[in-house]
Amino acid sequence: MLLKRLSEASGASGDEGEVRSLLKEELSLHVEEVTTDALGNLYLKKGFGRKPRVMVAAHMDEVGLMVVGYEKSGLLRVVKVGSIDDRVLASKVVSIGKDRIAGVIGAKAVHLQKPDERTKAIDINNLYIDLGVRSQEEAEKLVKIGDYATFTAKVREAGDNCLIGKAFDNRAGCAVLAELLKEDFDLELNAVFTVQEEVGLRGAGVAAYSIHPDVALVIETTAAADVVGSKEAAYVTKLGDGPALTLMDSTYMAPQQILDLVAETAEKLAIPYQFRRLTTAGTDAGIISQTHAGILSAVISIPCRYIHSPASIINLDDWQNTLRLARGILNAIAEGGLRLEGTA
Amino acid sequence: MKDICEAPGVSGYEEYVAKIVRAAFCAHVDEVRQDRMGNVVFLKRGSDSGGRRPRILLAAHLDEIGLMVTKIEEGGFLRFSAVGGIDPRTVVGQEVILYGREKLSGVIGVKPPHLTPADELSKGHKMEDLHIDVALTEESARKLVAVGDLALIRRELIQLAGSTVAAKAMDDRAGLAVLLSCLQELERLRHAADVYAVATVQEEVGVRGAAMATYGVVPDIGIAVDVTHAEMPGVLEHEACKLGKGPGITVGPNIHPKISEEIIRVAKEYRLPYQLEAFPGPTGTDARAIQVTRGGIPTGLLSIPLRYMHTSVELLDMDDLKLSGRLLAYFIAGVDSAFVEGLSCC
Repeated sequence: MLLKRLSEASGASGDEGEVRSLLKEELSLHVEEVTTDALGNLYLKKGFGRKPRVMVAAHMDEVGLMVVGYEKSGLLRVVKVGSIDDRVLASKVVSIGKDRIAGVIGAKAVHLQKPDERTKAIDINNLYIDLGVRSQEEAEKLVKIGDYATFTAKVREAGDNCLIGKAFDNRAGCAVLAELLKEDFDLELNAVFTVQEEVGLRGAGVAAYSIHPDVALVIETTAAADVVGSKEAAYVTKLGDGPALTLMDSTYMAPQQILDLVAETAEKLAIPYQFRRLTTAGTDAGIISQTHAGILSAVISIPCRYIHSPASIINLDDWQNTLRLARGILNAIAEGGLRLEGTA
Repeated sequence: MKDICEAPGVSGYEEYVAKIVRAAFCAHVDEVRQDRMGNVVFLKRGSDSGGRRPRILLAAHLDEIGLMVTKIEEGGFLRFSAVGGIDPRTVVGQEVILYGREKLSGVIGVKPPHLTPADELSKGHKMEDLHIDVALTEESARKLVAVGDLALIRRELIQLAGSTVAAKAMDDRAGLAVLLSCLQELERLRHAADVYAVATVQEEVGVRGAAMATYGVVPDIGIAVDVTHAEMPGVLEHEACKLGKGPGITVGPNIHPKISEEIIRVAKEYRLPYQLEAFPGPTGTDARAIQVTRGGIPTGLLSIPLRYMHTSVELLDMDDLKLSGRLLAYFIAGVDSAFVEGLSCC
């Protein structure tokens, strides 16, 4: 299962090489051209010269940690790459650098904590990666400053047609885009597996500049906060309710004709969908839509519980329905469903 | 080590791990029995013939800390409480195995950060804020899960640098590994005493199994083998042992001075590294219960240095286990009736 291999690959922002190789290997035979750029974006092209020119983007990078220093004891000091709640880090296993060195993030034993200590969050300044070495010299031999660390969860089936794993944001989106590339659409398909989304949408902008598409579709993974203790109004999305359409976030507003096309496509194909009910955070569409003189962009997302944490949950029906919806959107665009010129 | 650490065995539910320990130990002992509490007692007979042989009880506990389902919430989310001492801040974001009607995979979740007021982000999660998510609808959850079901953090043993490893339940499966290595060492040593190696139950919820086991065995000497804190961030040097420098030999009111002195003497004689651990009262180990069983039992405690106790990444140096097993075996080989008699006069 490609999604399993993608999820288990290690690829924090700036270190997407493993994911890139995996996708290249899996998809090269299905496309007409494979290229990369100076930042590491992977471009796969199909239907050369057809109209319209469509960009479909999914980011390869995941949130993680970066080694920034050593303690004399050989423990590693780390900072976060992308947005992670410090409170999910204690007592986890990580994999570090190209050699996938194993490390653990420890926490002071509960027996030795004072009562007031127990009420505070353990922030990243009090967390270290422990390689099991006894000195800085030993640590330096295994791990370099700047090495990336990622979580290590394996993909597992769980519950009612769900998967547990790490980095579903956005390897689940990558897996959808990979499936689309195995199909044929009557348009020029420019698939881009982008880099550095989690640290500020850095890869997608240059990709959109290079491709200069007529329209862009971003396939993402978004928070599902439909858990006990959270009010329905704060769910953002609900697991199992289908792909989520973005109306607005911190970086982007959906053009009306895009919303109409996506919603009508879903309804025509009887695909369940929901709106993403949060107006903050952002996706690659934020930067793509503002490239050149503006690019018409759409975002559809797979709902994911416990996103940006060591173990998250997605629903496979949602994943399938996101694939179906993306396929439907591309077909609708191919059939001329969008007005691509600016209005006079 | 991998097998016994990964085996489930929450306090009170040690049956599964007991089987694994039994299979590993039985080739090295003369007799095995299990008492009413669930303690597994392995007997390796001594060489003395004629008269009553000294009896030495060794104790390491089978049970581990875990989670217990307390409520099935709307939506199928499971509330839970801790069995044993668990810092709720170390379970957020963990994968779990839930032992329901069938084995279920789940995640420990919490209300997401974007819904949390800024001032709460600096506070640690409390157990009541957390839930287990087994990705089931409420209806399926109610079929497969019941209040009282147990869950454990899913963790495979991790090989770290050199002889260092990390796993869940090292506390006190590491102690059981020491008992096994001691029994193996004893096969090539002559020992007068009968050795009762006991895998005890319910240590984490109040050192219960060891008390019953000691009552049953009626030993002349009781030695507990458990883990102790190794140096880690936020802990003062004198509060912790060092990894890889041999077992801690505990001294203090819980320990019979002649026993700690003899273990130290043996360590010196065989040039085995050790560390001293001073503890000013009853320790949080099986030694606490052993000492005050029946009319009082001369008690000792060997401690394996371990970082991050009661998390799912309990870390230790495997060399310390070998050193502990050897030291314990040499100590046992030196025990005779005269030594035992000397323990009751001060």
